Amino acid sequence: MNNILEIKNLTAGYNGKPILRNVNLTVREGDFIGIIGPNGGGKTTLIKTIAGLLPPVSGEIIFHFGDSKGLGYLPQVNTFDKRFPITTEEVILSGLMGKKGIFGKYTADDKKYVEKLMEKLRAGHLKGKSIGSLSGGQMQRVFLARALVARPALLLLDEPSTYADNQFEAELYELLKELNEEGLTILMVSHDLGIIPAYVKSIACVNGELHYHPSPEITGDVLKIYNCPIELVAHGPVPHRVLSRHEVEHNSQSHD
Amino acid sequence: MTNLLGYTFFQHALLASLLSALICAFIGTYIVSRRLVFISGGITHASFGGMGIAYFLGFSPLMGAAVFAILSGFSIQWLSNRTEVREDSAIGIFWSLGMAIGIIFTFLTPGYAPNLMSSLFGSILSVSNDELLWMALLVMAIILFFVSFYRLILATAFDPDYASTHKIPVHFISYTLMILVALAIVLSIRVAGIILVLALLTIPPTTANLLTHRFNQMIGYSFLLGLAGNVVGLLVSYALNIPSGAAIILVHVLIFILVKGFLAIKPKSN
Ligand SMILES: Nc1ncnc2c1ncn2[C@@H]1O[C@H](COP(=O)(O)OP(=O)(O)OP(=O)(O)O)[C@@H](O)[C@H]1O
Ligand SMILES: [Mg+2]
Repeated sequence: MNNILEIKNLTAGYNGKPILRNVNLTVREGDFIGIIGPNGGGKTTLIKTIAGLLPPVSGEIIFHFGDSKGLGYLPQVNTFDKRFPITTEEVILSGLMGKKGIFGKYTADDKKYVEKLMEKLRAGHLKGKSIGSLSGGQMQRVFLARALVARPALLLLDEPSTYADNQFEAELYELLKELNEEGLTILMVSHDLGIIPAYVKSIACVNGELHYHPSPEITGDVLKIYNCPIELVAHGPVPHRVLSRHEVEHNSQSHD
Repeated sequence: MTNLLGYTFFQHALLASLLSALICAFIGTYIVSRRLVFISGGITHASFGGMGIAYFLGFSPLMGAAVFAILSGFSIQWLSNRTEVREDSAIGIFWSLGMAIGIIFTFLTPGYAPNLMSSLFGSILSVSNDELLWMALLVMAIILFFVSFYRLILATAFDPDYASTHKIPVHFISYTLMILVALAIVLSIRVAGIILVLALLTIPPTTANLLTHRFNQMIGYSFLLGLAGNVVGLLVSYALNIPSGAAIILVHVLIFILVKGFLAIKPKSN
């Protein structure tokens, strides 16, 4: 498979202050990489740097796809104004703005594709509504559709299941798997350690550095070797701790 | 009433009402949607500094105001983005700085009182040919810009972070809009004066927003509401012999209250 994205000796951070150091990662066409790590580990910083929202402190990010394809991006936190006068379709269509160029117009085909995507994401009934009138999970579907509408070569997802209910969460991962099988390359930040091994093809742990693990299993050993201080929680009511206590203390994450 | 239309000053006032309604529909919708009302207040008052200097030196007050409005808009953004100064503090500083400069220079200019009054309260009944021409040019520039870049304006205004992950000229769009906002304010000062012009830009879009949650429809409704308010206000001010700017604003507020009241008592469909 061809390389689609190469990250070389990247240092990423804010205002020149590094958060992530010495990141090297090669993403190939068809990859589905789950990015895990503790809160504050730098996952969002990495995704934003790849998306072009943060200039790299040093190092290189090289894309191997043309401008016409581009990348789709689902932010962890949306900074938009909920009272802005805009409808769900207009938000989704805005995902096409890069592809359309400066003067391009949205075509009937574009609008049809938006409808299809909304159906696929179980958001068909949200057509015509203003973005401010949606619930968190409904908004998340709309923003996911916006990330997908340009049929990108690479999809960057920062905790896509944040607002999803149990049913939609399962549907969401199934859908991503399906898209991945159709050829879409995906980089996904997630805290659902119990679920994602069933969907992703490899794992990257981000905690000040990035450690790549070429298979999807997440075990205590994997986390330990890669210096990834997160609690491994079984997908069920009884959480069990895998890592030693002192490593966990750094982050105030709690599961109950 | 009919012979009123025979007077040039009244024809000019009507034309100014129309042009101002168009300017305020586009720019006002943008200002209200992006919550730029307070920064617009800062720009408005800062522009008085330019007017004062222009009166004193004897060049066009419109020009002086435009330069000050644009510079203050960019300065406020620069101060709040690039330094520790909070945006509302930066606005407050430019707001009063402009007024202070304006007051000093108008005061130093012989016969300053009439200038001061028309700057502060506006006078749509004495709009000059030149001013109408500038307003018409601005309307054309605004319409051309919005028609060409509507998609990008909407997307950039809604979610600038997301917009900048695409290869589109986000800065070009937002800086151009900042200039258009500054010019819209300066040319509307003639109609309602420094003290009241903000209402002209905010009330019709706010009323329109009660009726729709689509940006493009908000522009359309704002235009109709703005035109109605301007013309009715003009007639009321003529009939009662009260200041036109204040009369126009009162009519705009009245329309807002009527629409709000109507929506409150109207039985909800579905
Ligand atoms: N805008 C910012 N300016 C300065 N520092 C920031 C900024 N945003 C985040 N940081 C810092 O960067 C570090 C990494 O943050 P980041 O958001 O990348 O973590 P994360 O791995 O995505 O965490 P989470 O699981 O909570 O989403 C944190 O220590 C945070 O304090
Ligand atoms: Mg994050």
